[in-house]
Amino acid sequence: MKSLLVAYYPILIFLIIAGGLSVMMVVASLILARQRPDSEKLSPYECGFDPFENARIRFDVRYYLVAILFIIFDLEVAFLFPWAVSLRDIGVFGFVSMAIFLAVLTIGFAYEWMKGALEWD
Amino acid sequence: MDNALWTLYARPALITVGEVLAIIVPLLVAVAYLTYAERKIIALSQLRKGPNVVGPFGLLQPFADGLKLFLKETVIPSGASPVVFVIAPILTFTLALIAWAVIPFAPGAVVANINVGILYLFAVSSLGVYGIIIAGWASNSRYAFLGALRSAAQMVSYEVASGFVLVTVLLCAGSLNLTDIVLAQRHVWFVVPLLPMFVVFYVSGLAETNRVPFDLPEGESELVAGYFVEYSAMTFALFYLGEYANIILISGMASVLFLGGWLPPAPVVPFTWIPGPLWFALKAALLAFGFLWVRTTFPRFRYDQLMRLGWKVFLPLSLGWVFLTAAVLMGTGWLPGHG
Amino acid sequence: MILEAIVFYIFSAVVVGAGVGVIAARNPVHSVLFLILAFFTAAGLFILMGAEFLAFILVIVYVGAVAVLFLFVVMMLDIDFERLRSGFVRYLPVGAGVGLLLLVELVLIFGTWEVAPKRLSSVPVYARARLTNTRALGDILYTRYVFAFEMAGLILLVAMIGAIILTLRHRTEVRRQRIAAQLARTPKESVEVVKVPIGEGA
Repeated sequence: MKSLLVAYYPILIFLIIAGGLSVMMVVASLILARQRPDSEKLSPYECGFDPFENARIRFDVRYYLVAILFIIFDLEVAFLFPWAVSLRDIGVFGFVSMAIFLAVLTIGFAYEWMKGALEWD
Repeated sequence: MDNALWTLYARPALITVGEVLAIIVPLLVAVAYLTYAERKIIALSQLRKGPNVVGPFGLLQPFADGLKLFLKETVIPSGASPVVFVIAPILTFTLALIAWAVIPFAPGAVVANINVGILYLFAVSSLGVYGIIIAGWASNSRYAFLGALRSAAQMVSYEVASGFVLVTVLLCAGSLNLTDIVLAQRHVWFVVPLLPMFVVFYVSGLAETNRVPFDLPEGESELVAGYFVEYSAMTFALFYLGEYANIILISGMASVLFLGGWLPPAPVVPFTWIPGPLWFALKAALLAFGFLWVRTTFPRFRYDQLMRLGWKVFLPLSLGWVFLTAAVLMGTGWLPGHG
Repeated sequence: MILEAIVFYIFSAVVVGAGVGVIAARNPVHSVLFLILAFFTAAGLFILMGAEFLAFILVIVYVGAVAVLFLFVVMMLDIDFERLRSGFVRYLPVGAGVGLLLLVELVLIFGTWEVAPKRLSSVPVYARARLTNTRALGDILYTRYVFAFEMAGLILLVAMIGAIILTLRHRTEVRRQRIAAQLARTPKESVEVVKVPIGEGA
């Protein structure tokens, strides 16, 4: 228990140093370099004209679908991690229960494939 | 009480700070020279000379570039959300650095020897997508926005496959600790039994770092530069450094997971003369060279092809391989024991 | 021990602060960013409790996947803030009623809450068995709790099918690449050699 936490303090310190370094680099540049903004310089990058509308547009629903499918498969991976580590102890029973789990999800995957959800158009 | 505070907290903290700096400083130098190596290698493959003016053989070029970017003006577009806009590159660069906390360079030479090192790496790499989405959204520019969307969809698609690949490695190693994973490769590197998974991991690495041939998010001929089109000066530099730091990270991860980390190819005399960390660096450098080589060789993928490769090839292949590995290990009784 | 307490209070304060930020932020994207901060700090709290596996799964699944979806949804929706605020007064009585009901329920639950006396003195699993978190979970999840595990699989299947039914729209005017058809082509059926007499080909 104690040793577990001790192993994580270096990560906290690493995080602080790495974050501090990145912030410092940006801030130092902001202070040291000459800043002379003007309205043309700050306008969004377009080929010489003002943008017609806000850039934050609605986009293809496909991106949502990719995100949802990603969540599902990510969960599947999350379930596989402890299984992979304990497979020796849980033996054939554990193997079969994971096989059923994966079979169920493979049905879903096959359904996706057949429906064409994995095609990008 | 004061004494206890010193021995329990302050001294370990100081040692850790030293260790962290001992990783970050060489890493930044490596990143600088990876950009140099990229320009030189591309130049050589195109029969040019590449940077050769600043310093001998142009060796000081990366520092000249860095200094130039440092002294440029940081442009924050008028339509952008300023705070979020600046956070994005900081986040990207920080994430590229902190992953190194768990990478073992030699037995015991690791900043944080946590039990779940591989999960830590997976978690950090799954956060990488934020820097890009946030940058694309905060810029309030069409190009940046489209680039960020593409990049996000691409990164998550390939992350699934690399997740399954990590599971196959776990099955062979029986531990989530990276030092244990390297030690499990004493007899045979995992690249031998898991060669297809190594390829999937490496190619997914190309896709997750938005490198050629998967660099559609930056596609300069259509999206100008994609998600970082509005960035300048140090904010741009952090994205740029982050990308190269990620290349080195993926190379380091691949050498720890598949190429035996610090282990020599065989424990015999000429190989054992070279110290472990050097072996690790050599393997990582070789894999990083692969990234550059691929860049000068292949044209860009089309987006539907990219999605097809991720979802219809890599995903079923790696999932099937997880099952196959488990079945073979069960059948032969070679499942790793628990130390 | 002191340091642990300090870290705990810092993390808890950040979680609470981020939680307030989620509902107080005007811009929904900022809300989601605060939510991510809250998840992330909660993972830190998990680690303080020794649940390292759960902490990283929280980051991988919630921050790395679920919040990405939230961001996708929230970022690109054209939310009209004026209209949202104009409805505020109209929905206030209903909202207040639901809030009050929830508060009463919470009070009732916590009022009758009783910690099992045996549990208080029992030791957490990880400390007793000297197992790593991950193995402690793996050893029981796929055997003793196999039913719940398979149910989770079924729920994921339903989610997958539901997502496809709700969002999948095929555009009809697009020409797709049919790789099998491409590969099946032979020169014989795609190239025709025609003899053209001299002077007569137009």
